[in-house]
Amino acid sequence: MDVIVSQLFTGASTGAVLLLVALGLALTFGQMGVINMAHGEFLMAGAYTAYLTQQAVSNSDVSLLIALPLGFLVAGMLGLLLEMTVISRMYHRPLDTLLVTFGVGLILQQVARDVFGAQPKAVASPTWLHGQLDLLGYGYPVTRLFIVTIAVGCLAGTAAVLKYTALGRRIRATVQNRDLAETVGVSTRGTDRVTFFLGSGLAGVAGVALTLVTATVSNLGTSYIVPAFLVVVAGGIGQIKGSVIAAFALGIVGAFLTYYTSGSLATVLTFVLVVAFLQIRPQGLFTVRTRSLA
Amino acid sequence: MNLNTRRLAAVASVVVVGLSASACGGAKAGDSASASAESCVDTSGDTVKIGFLNSLSGAMSISEKTVSDSLGLAAEQINAEGGVLGKQLEIVQEDGASEPTIFAEKAEKLIQSDCVAAIFGGWTSSSRVAMRPVVKSLNSLLFYPVQYEGLEADRNIFYTGATTNQQIIPALDFLKNEKKIDSIFLAGSDYVFPRTANKIIKQYAAAHDIEVLGEEYQTLDKGEWGTAVDKIVETQPDVVFNTINGDSNVAFLEEYDAKGLSAKTIPIVSVSIAEEEAAAIDVDLTGQMTSWNYYQTVESPDNAAFVKAFKAKYGDERVTSDPMEAAYTSLWLWKGMVEKADSFDVDDVIEAADGVTFDSPEGTVVVNGDNHHIAKTTLIGEVQPNKLIKTIWSSDGPIEPDPFLEGYDWWDPNGA
Repeated sequence: MDVIVSQLFTGASTGAVLLLVALGLALTFGQMGVINMAHGEFLMAGAYTAYLTQQAVSNSDVSLLIALPLGFLVAGMLGLLLEMTVISRMYHRPLDTLLVTFGVGLILQQVARDVFGAQPKAVASPTWLHGQLDLLGYGYPVTRLFIVTIAVGCLAGTAAVLKYTALGRRIRATVQNRDLAETVGVSTRGTDRVTFFLGSGLAGVAGVALTLVTATVSNLGTSYIVPAFLVVVAGGIGQIKGSVIAAFALGIVGAFLTYYTSGSLATVLTFVLVVAFLQIRPQGLFTVRTRSLA
Repeated sequence: MNLNTRRLAAVASVVVVGLSASACGGAKAGDSASASAESCVDTSGDTVKIGFLNSLSGAMSISEKTVSDSLGLAAEQINAEGGVLGKQLEIVQEDGASEPTIFAEKAEKLIQSDCVAAIFGGWTSSSRVAMRPVVKSLNSLLFYPVQYEGLEADRNIFYTGATTNQQIIPALDFLKNEKKIDSIFLAGSDYVFPRTANKIIKQYAAAHDIEVLGEEYQTLDKGEWGTAVDKIVETQPDVVFNTINGDSNVAFLEEYDAKGLSAKTIPIVSVSIAEEEAAAIDVDLTGQMTSWNYYQTVESPDNAAFVKAFKAKYGDERVTSDPMEAAYTSLWLWKGMVEKADSFDVDDVIEAADGVTFDSPEGTVVVNGDNHHIAKTTLIGEVQPNKLIKTIWSSDGPIEPDPFLEGYDWWDPNGA
């Protein structure tokens, strides 16, 4: 019983990190079909924003809260810039986009290394995130709880934007049928840009949150980009709820596998499970009824 | 299901699988090295070329940049003292880009195109293993400055970091004899050094009545330590032996702290956390232990001079660490060997190597001509609140290197 509770919690916190990292990708890749390999570097941009904010606002109790919206803006603007200069020329060419954005990612990493140095930067976590919360006899770290909260907040925000706002309707219309959306007067180019801004911004928020659990280094994104794609692919392209379920499923399954086997084997088994799952359901958990995605 | 969606999903799957494959791609290098062993080192002028080969980009640049810096300091000091055999050192710096195959290519370039007299660098075992056939077939020299898993002694390589009997075994002796531990938990990154180190630890434990309560690995680029830390909480070992490398340590220690563990409850002994790494971890590490052969806080005139010169050259906020010190020492040892041989020729230098000494920041070190390692004193340290590391225990003088652990009867290289 203890094992089940502790691994459920550990898995859920891994899942929350995965979800947070994959949420932006679920918009840019899932909704728009852009394979943006530089997404991981937007995480990094968010993490360094948290670091710089902390340098400017020496009070670590508040700097994290300031960094969250700032990280969103910084990564969002980076994304917008990338969309306008590079990706907009490459729609309908997924493989070209993949290679170019991969290159952009490498450039961003090296720039960060030149600016901030190769050493990881320590970002102090606020004192109100120290300690643990006792849940069902399991000491649950408050930092992880905070990450779950941010993930849920971002998720709710994204879902609300997609569902209730005019922008959300335009995004969904563009995803479901670009030509038809254009004929009714939706500026699909403008919609693309805003979607990409939002998706990249979410990566920035995730990056700020990641400073709580991992090192702030220039190659921060590389460890998260693969799991993030895995979540979106397994969850089903074009569906946010698929990503949510996939993130938590991967987190929890991974935790149990790690517990009963070993860390490395668990990574392999997780991949095997996802590949096997995609054999049965190549479209992922959920699929959106659409005439054209690209 | 729409065809485009399917194609997109297929592309994405390829990306995911391809990336993870490339992330763990090993090195197959050295085969390309041509057989021309004729040295082209030019010693006719006032200068002699040496090569520094460190990762200045990629994941390992975090660590290797610092080694390149301390090598630069050694070269500057040697030149200021009149150089080696009266010749000024001319440095050719190459970037190994954290990729073993690139280390092999760049080593070949340094030896054949730049005609360097010796190469200094490498960090990961895979980078050393990739360079090994190159320096061997071209009969050149490599000075490798990082503690490693031992079980190797190559004619063309000098190892100035610790082998296992100068770092891991003394740490176990310390835990057994001073801390009286009965149980231990092993956590490491999943590659050759932690796997070999843990194999040694397990055999030591079996021979010394220490119970191994768990053994956990994570790949280098994956920072998910939640389950492993849960197991530590569950098994309550007397101590955790940490062979995790790189940034992954940050994730591990954050998790350790978040789950309420500390040096007071279950102490950790780490063999890959030095001053640089400790400074970057935003967790109270006070009281956690490390095992190295050098700390910035070592009290000696040689070390005081080294730290002062390093800070003067690179900035007051910089710290010095074991691999940096070992790299600094390696260049001075090469100078000693060359001057003893009175020649830059590789064979002459190897011939002269035995017994060459240097008053290094860690103390006096002596080159062992048989296995090309150096005698080093082991220092168990404790992390201070300011993230510097203070020695709390040291071995009785320098320990002779024994890379194949021939002097330990409990060691069985073919055992589990």
